[in-house]
Amino acid sequence: MATLNIEIDGKALTVASGKTIMDAANQAGITIPHFCYHKKLSIAANCRMCLVQVEKAPKPLPACATPVTDGMKVHTRSEYAINAQKAVMEFLLINHPLDCPICDQGGECTLQDLAVGYGGSASRYQEIKRVVPDKNLGPLIATDMTRCIHCSRCVRFGQEIAGIMELGMAGRGEHTEVMPFLETQVASELSGNVIDLCPVGALTSKPFRYTARSWELSRRPSISPHDSLGSNLEVHVKDNRVMRVVPRENEDVNECWLADRDRFSYEGLNTAERLTQPMIKQDGQWVETTWQQALEHVADRLKTFEPAAIGALSTPYRPAEELFLLQKLMRGMGSGNVDHRLRQSDFSLDDKAHGGFWLGMPVTYMSRLNRILVVGSNLRKDHPLMAHRIRESVRWYGELNLINAADDAFLGKVHAKRIVAPSQLAAALAGVCRALAEAKGQPAPAIAAHGVADDIARKMAESIVGGETRAVFLGNMAQHHPTYSQIHALAQEIARLAGASFGVLGEAANSVGAVAVGAIPGRGPLGQPAVTGLNARQMLEKPLSAYLLLGVEAELDTHDPVTALASIQAADFVVVMSPYKGKSLDYADVLLPIAPWTETSGTFVNTEGRVQSFAAVVKPLGETRPAWKVLRVLGNYLGLAGFDYNDSREVLRDALGETPTGNVQAFLSNEVTGVAVTAPQPTGGLERVAEVPIYQTDAVVRRAPSLQRTPDAALPVARMHSRLIAKLGLAENGRVSVRQTAHALTLKVQRDDLLPENCVRVPAGHSLTADLGPMFGAITAEPV
Amino acid sequence: MSLLTPTPQVCSWTQALDKPASLETYVANGGYQALRRIVTEKVPGDDIIAELKTSALRGRGGAGFPTGLKWSFMPRAFPGDKYIVCNSDEGEPGTFKDRDILRYNPHQLIEGMAIAGYVLGARVGYNYIHGEIFEVYESFERALQEARAAGFLGDELFGTDFSFQLHAHHGYGAYICGEETALLESIEGKKGQPRFKPPFPASFGLYGKPTTINNTETLASVPWIVQHGGQAFLELGKPNNGGSKLFSVSGHVNRPGNYEVPLGTPFSELLEMAGGVRNGHKLKAVIPGGSSAPVLPGEIMMDCTMDFDSIARAGSMLGSGALIVMDETVCMVRALERLSYFYHEESCGQCTPCREGTGWMYRIIHRIEHGQGRAEDLELLNSVAGNIGGHTICALGDAAAMPVQSFLKHFGGEFAYHVEHKRCMV
Repeated sequence: MATLNIEIDGKALTVASGKTIMDAANQAGITIPHFCYHKKLSIAANCRMCLVQVEKAPKPLPACATPVTDGMKVHTRSEYAINAQKAVMEFLLINHPLDCPICDQGGECTLQDLAVGYGGSASRYQEIKRVVPDKNLGPLIATDMTRCIHCSRCVRFGQEIAGIMELGMAGRGEHTEVMPFLETQVASELSGNVIDLCPVGALTSKPFRYTARSWELSRRPSISPHDSLGSNLEVHVKDNRVMRVVPRENEDVNECWLADRDRFSYEGLNTAERLTQPMIKQDGQWVETTWQQALEHVADRLKTFEPAAIGALSTPYRPAEELFLLQKLMRGMGSGNVDHRLRQSDFSLDDKAHGGFWLGMPVTYMSRLNRILVVGSNLRKDHPLMAHRIRESVRWYGELNLINAADDAFLGKVHAKRIVAPSQLAAALAGVCRALAEAKGQPAPAIAAHGVADDIARKMAESIVGGETRAVFLGNMAQHHPTYSQIHALAQEIARLAGASFGVLGEAANSVGAVAVGAIPGRGPLGQPAVTGLNARQMLEKPLSAYLLLGVEAELDTHDPVTALASIQAADFVVVMSPYKGKSLDYADVLLPIAPWTETSGTFVNTEGRVQSFAAVVKPLGETRPAWKVLRVLGNYLGLAGFDYNDSREVLRDALGETPTGNVQAFLSNEVTGVAVTAPQPTGGLERVAEVPIYQTDAVVRRAPSLQRTPDAALPVARMHSRLIAKLGLAENGRVSVRQTAHALTLKVQRDDLLPENCVRVPAGHSLTADLGPMFGAITAEPV
Repeated sequence: MSLLTPTPQVCSWTQALDKPASLETYVANGGYQALRRIVTEKVPGDDIIAELKTSALRGRGGAGFPTGLKWSFMPRAFPGDKYIVCNSDEGEPGTFKDRDILRYNPHQLIEGMAIAGYVLGARVGYNYIHGEIFEVYESFERALQEARAAGFLGDELFGTDFSFQLHAHHGYGAYICGEETALLESIEGKKGQPRFKPPFPASFGLYGKPTTINNTETLASVPWIVQHGGQAFLELGKPNNGGSKLFSVSGHVNRPGNYEVPLGTPFSELLEMAGGVRNGHKLKAVIPGGSSAPVLPGEIMMDCTMDFDSIARAGSMLGSGALIVMDETVCMVRALERLSYFYHEESCGQCTPCREGTGWMYRIIHRIEHGQGRAEDLELLNSVAGNIGGHTICALGDAAAMPVQSFLKHFGGEFAYHVEHKRCMV
């Protein structure tokens, strides 16, 4: 690329052509004041704060929008430039309320900061100031629209990053207002970013509102415990309480963004439901006890069971150290019954996989893919910021192809899509596989025998072989699917034929880490051979004598809550380690309060294999203890060797070696061999489509009150195609009785003509639908 | 009168004829000959641009930019879509010339746009017509129908491979949509707000494609130039100011209206054509180029000739050629109050200085007019105007600032009197 020689404030610089004065100044470490400019958004040049002097230009030019030219001489601090900047600042302030003492933005406000340098000490404006009515943007974003300086960052964010324009600029001149569409709120799963983007206090965090001043907060780094991106967080703490969470910039992971789940889930940390004292059930009554008594009791009881009759279950939302110690504890006792894949139903890949499943590429590559096939994923809700990266690829003329059982808006252009009942997912993939083979003039692979290469399959096949960068991804729904192994093998074959990268979008913050530390039967840390045992499904299908549940809410976290609860309730002894009481009060025998991610050190390995450790940001609540310490002491009480750790770093070293990142990367592989593909089962009846709603994924977010008031957390309904509604004699918005196994459930009928006609969509992971049964399979629907 | 003779009535010659707007009248008097000739003879576009450069035709919309030069910026070899857009969003207070071209001589504009399409390689054109003259929009649509039916617009014109489609598009009366990039946004169906330049429309215009935008009068002058040559057009006016121009004379004259006279005509002559100042009053001031041009005192104006260079030397601009004539009965504070109200109302609100500053200026002038002025107000007003000018995305900020600065410069005494005596000196 051509380079240009310019001069800024007397400093000679060489910059790439096509850069703006703002880019060049940033390169030179020169700060130019600005409001509307944001490195991730399009250039608006509307605030005019970045006006600078350019020699030979007849007027001051906005640095953000002016491309550099060779020999350009720029003055950002000359009297001429400063006068222009001061003029703009005066205009910005004349209608700004200057209510800084009661403004949440106070102390971290760009307008406040720049007014120090460019504002006058008194105002020449003596007229009445403008007042703008506030808007209701929903439970997450508070508004004080009078403070708005019309920089349009929030509007551009919606259009360009979130993919949906939920805010716009209405009105003209002084009457210009930022507002949502009439009578609607902002519902994007990325909406909270406008709080960070707003340079003034017009858009602030509603949950945080009026609870602290920004300068009272300690800012501590952490990692998001929710989706598998592992967003980097800054947790803001006051008086040992998490007050809010904001993004910590990491261009390779979350850039400068944060999904609403990562940003607002902290509210779930401080609920009354927190378990703060070890408790033992005696004669049906819960009795508070000491850690020593509780752990001795647990150790004594566990020793009384056959090791093979004990099952340990956790979730991929727990740190790697805890999962490592859990499997070490179990294997030390002589049991291989350990698993964390609670929503998975097909485990037949366990002896066919060559390593741990992962994204197959660095996260950053997702922003510049030319051809993409995503199978069985509710992208936006399962992986909000990875969906944003794929949208970025699509914006740069990438082609996105989707195979799924539901057709939720992606908010970007979709090249081709196939929406089929879950039972037909593998067949749909086989069709693409066959079309690909045909296109390459090869015989159809044996595993594609049941596929039909129709028009859509061919369109997808043609797309996925094109471009320079290609990828096939499997989503959460694919991984939870009863024929996951076949879907995985077919997707692998498609990727092989197309010369595409193949990846599994990790379900949760530590999906990759949990497998890497050996919290699965048959494979120990980094895939070392280990004593085999029962997988999650086997442990829950038939009751074991004792269960060790680490952060598990069995009725919400499992593939089939009905059987899971029945098995756990039938066990002799159930130990629940959890930050919350919840339903475990009913079925546990011992409750051990363990720390949520803010109160413990730990490590999450994200879906690209990035090992990210974090420290506790607050002290544990009450008698809560980090789970790694609990397991460590329990190991001692059980008389097991190798449980004498001094800190969590030693645990991590034991689990993943001296170079965790390198060791994890070496262990990761999506390759599977020896999978047989069967013909799709003819279903005849109706099938359930079940997604885990974005704000029901894990124990913390379920208890975050503001997120629970968003449209994404609405009460479960039964969604059906209008023709199915008519066929069953139901009424839209009427009621329907749905049944999978024993229990019938009455739900509201909601029309969704994007669903396959033989499907009923009822969300999983919700207490109101837990009685229904497994996430997949036959379902009946009848009028009430 | 006809297009066949090089009369100085470049755009207004049909007004002397029966049924001036009809295709029949236009064709009978030489209309569409220029287009037919260059298209069928395959005259190179460069030749036409050379003629335009010779003619010294300067943009009639207000900026006075040389049209030949503007056309030469268009990447004519660019293989994709290109557009030619006519700016008939005549919203500048005092200006009412383009609507008369649309009303009485629409085919000369259509021919001019087709020629532009031929020269610039555009297959599609749009004429954006001000929303408050809806009957003119409707009559222009009828003219388009006539031209299409007669084979002057459409596919493979005159049996050649040149095709040109022309569409009319009406706005809703926002002043800002007369700014060329806001106009493009408006055609695209978006909120009419100016774009930051660069990139200029010649490289990134309508729907992101190379686009040339000219004023109605500019484009309507093109057939005349093609017919009679650039030199003849230049000789109508004076060097660097070729041709005739329509002047919209309004205010305190006996016969307000549009007058098409050669550039370089003395203002005194034009004033006389308009019947002189009403009731024998004394000429006080003239805004020579539409409301955003700086005001000039009558005595300075009487020494000017009506062309871009003369008015610029006098400290104002010829702009769109709209002369607002004010006699001695005018209170300059009240006049400025009304002008400032207009810019306050019409600011699009996109960028800070204009959004915030136009309202501030209006409020200061309003209070001076209403006897609440303060001693520091004149200096404040000048400073606020200076802080807007040159600091905005588009020229509306300058347009709002220039009247304020010029009124204060030439009639500051009247403002001071208002502040001091709480009443008008007139």
